[in-house]
Amino acid sequence: MAVLVIADHDGAHLRDTTLKVITAAQKLSGDIDVLVYGEASAVAAQAAAAAGVRKVLTAESAELKADIAEAVSALIVSLAGGYDAIALPATASGKNVAPRIAAALDVSIISDVIDVVAGDTFVHPIYAGNALETVKTADAKKVLTVRPTAFAPVAATGGSAAVEAVAVPAVTLKTRFVSDEKVVSDRPELGAAKVVVSGGRALGSADEFKAVLEPLADKLGAAVGASRAAVDAGYAPNDYQVGQTGKVVAPELYIAVGISGAIQHLAGMKDSKVIVAINKDPEAPIFQVADFGLVEDYKTAVPALLKALG
Amino acid sequence: MKVLVPVKRVLDYNVKVRVKSDQTGVDLANVKMAMNPFDEIAVEEAVRLKEKGTVTEIVAVSIGVAQCEAILRTALAMGADRGLLIETDQDLEPLAVAKVLKAVVAQENPDIVLMGKQAIDGDNNATGQMLSALLDWPQATFASKVEIAGSEALVTREVDGGLQTLGVQLPAVITTDLRLNEPRYASLPNIMKAKKKPLDTRALADYGVDAAARLTVVKVTEPAKRSAGIKVDSADALIANLKTAGVL
Ligand SMILES: Cc1cc2nc3c(=O)[nH]c(=O)nc-3n(C[C@H](O)[C@H](O)[C@H](O)COP(=O)(O)OP(=O)(O)OC[C@H]3O[C@@H](n4cnc5c(N)ncnc54)[C@H](O)[C@@H]3O)c2cc1C
Ligand SMILES: Cc1cc2nc3c(=O)[nH]c(=O)nc-3n(C[C@H](O)[C@H](O)[C@H](O)COP(=O)(O)OP(=O)(O)OC[C@H]3O[C@@H](n4cnc5c(N)ncnc54)[C@H](O)[C@@H]3O)c2cc1C
Repeated sequence: MAVLVIADHDGAHLRDTTLKVITAAQKLSGDIDVLVYGEASAVAAQAAAAAGVRKVLTAESAELKADIAEAVSALIVSLAGGYDAIALPATASGKNVAPRIAAALDVSIISDVIDVVAGDTFVHPIYAGNALETVKTADAKKVLTVRPTAFAPVAATGGSAAVEAVAVPAVTLKTRFVSDEKVVSDRPELGAAKVVVSGGRALGSADEFKAVLEPLADKLGAAVGASRAAVDAGYAPNDYQVGQTGKVVAPELYIAVGISGAIQHLAGMKDSKVIVAINKDPEAPIFQVADFGLVEDYKTAVPALLKALG
Repeated sequence: MKVLVPVKRVLDYNVKVRVKSDQTGVDLANVKMAMNPFDEIAVEEAVRLKEKGTVTEIVAVSIGVAQCEAILRTALAMGADRGLLIETDQDLEPLAVAKVLKAVVAQENPDIVLMGKQAIDGDNNATGQMLSALLDWPQATFASKVEIAGSEALVTREVDGGLQTLGVQLPAVITTDLRLNEPRYASLPNIMKAKKKPLDTRALADYGVDAAARLTVVKVTEPAKRSAGIKVDSADALIANLKTAGVL
């Protein structure tokens, strides 16, 4: 059995998520190849250095760089013959393309895998993480998306896999890339950060969101997250949303500021090691999952926290 | 231009989920069911496109038990023109749903299939992408803005790191994200009118689709519960505790 892992990267750096998907893949097989598509050259070397990788495949084109689903799935389907399983990270990019690959191969998709029980049996959350379903698949070939927070990364160094360019299949695309609007930030990425500071509707405006949360995040070297209410209201960009339908994070420390703790939000952060809630309502449901709760107005609590941190 | 909107009947998002004690699934007996929130967003978007004059007909389709009629009526009350209920007691996997929808597309010939990015029960986030693969149509998932310009849809998508805008040639599959719109509540007169709108019921078998399950559920369990911790009374106490916990 061999597994093809699809790398998560930004053209310059291999993301930690890839190393976590490799860990999940190791539960299926010792033969793991990693596909780096898009802008592959710098990242391929990093993937080759990861522990436990047999071979790194690279594929480059403008469409792959733009992550156009038709192009990416055609590429992966063209390689699928050599593998028993294809594992993608459960990121927006992975979720966009994995079901397309599965349907093209006429197999089911197993979404958001958090545990590998056996070669054909997987655990994944359903109902916003309120239930965990163990499913056994009858498909010979498996297509999975893997929830990175559920697996530890393999070592980033020590490996010496060969790198090999693969042919990019010609596809007549019915999709054209128009533009990108990416949020640039010097902060750690939400999915990878050790500390996350998240803000909710209580913050009241985009300016307040920034003014209150950024100094705290800077002090803690934290990534910034948000509730859906804060994103909907325009206080924070969409990419910040933590929850059932946003990002799933599991940092060492998660600080929720002015967030009530709706189940859809909890779905994205309840596996954090330590949860802190700052909320002026002692009855807010967030306190039911918080290790440490501070019942106070954020307007006084956050400045006091900053001061105490020195 | 014609739009097909698949709508799924799911547990209402406000209802507390209970796992059955025999570990066979989630308890859906006597709980409130509703249209999947992402599908409401899809219906709303289709209705807005119709109000703008871009779209002439909206067909809502649901695959499931007889009670799915209620959510089709909701779609009709929001502004869909016709409903199609494909009745089955079987729990279909996304691949099977996509195969049925492909057969519906062959009959209805829509220009756009506008659907939810994810159903809040299975949380698979898969059916739209699978359908577009089976149809060999372009896909634009996780849409937060949709504009139709001639034979192309310009779709802004919520992706890792921000937003991406794609132009997809029609026909295409578009899946909705939360911020595409805020769905309307159906007014009482529209709810009354919806009762008279056409709603066709078919059997799953009519479509001759291989809907066999590929997955068997071994068990459904409750996740480990997090217990509430302690309340602290000051920022200083909080920091002392975080240091003890080893996270600062
Ligand atoms: C289909 C669907 C998907 C969803 N997906 C997500 C998701 O992925 N992520 C997500 O987060 N939500 C999601 N939601 C929304 C979710 O149900 C909640 O509406 C949302 O999380 C609420 O955000 P909030 O906690 O910021 O706002 P609120 O619930 O309004 O909470 C604000 C909190 O701030 C407190 N507060 C107010 N003023 C102060 C102050 N001065 N100081 C301290 N505290 C204060 C209040 O006591 C309150 O508890 C989804 C909903 C649906 C239907
Ligand atoms: C073995 C097994 C057991 C199951 N047990 C249960 C159970 O106990 N309870 C339960 O509720 N479900 C059950 N299911 C169904 C499962 O949870 C999902 O509902 C199903 O796999 C579809 O996935 P999804 O809804 O997450 O699809 P997604 O891909 O997340 O859905 C995306 C979109 O597809 C469309 N769509 C999906 N399904 C339909 C439909 N039927 N009709 C019209 N449009 C649709 C909607 O537009 C939706 O927004 C079971 C499935 C399996 C395989």
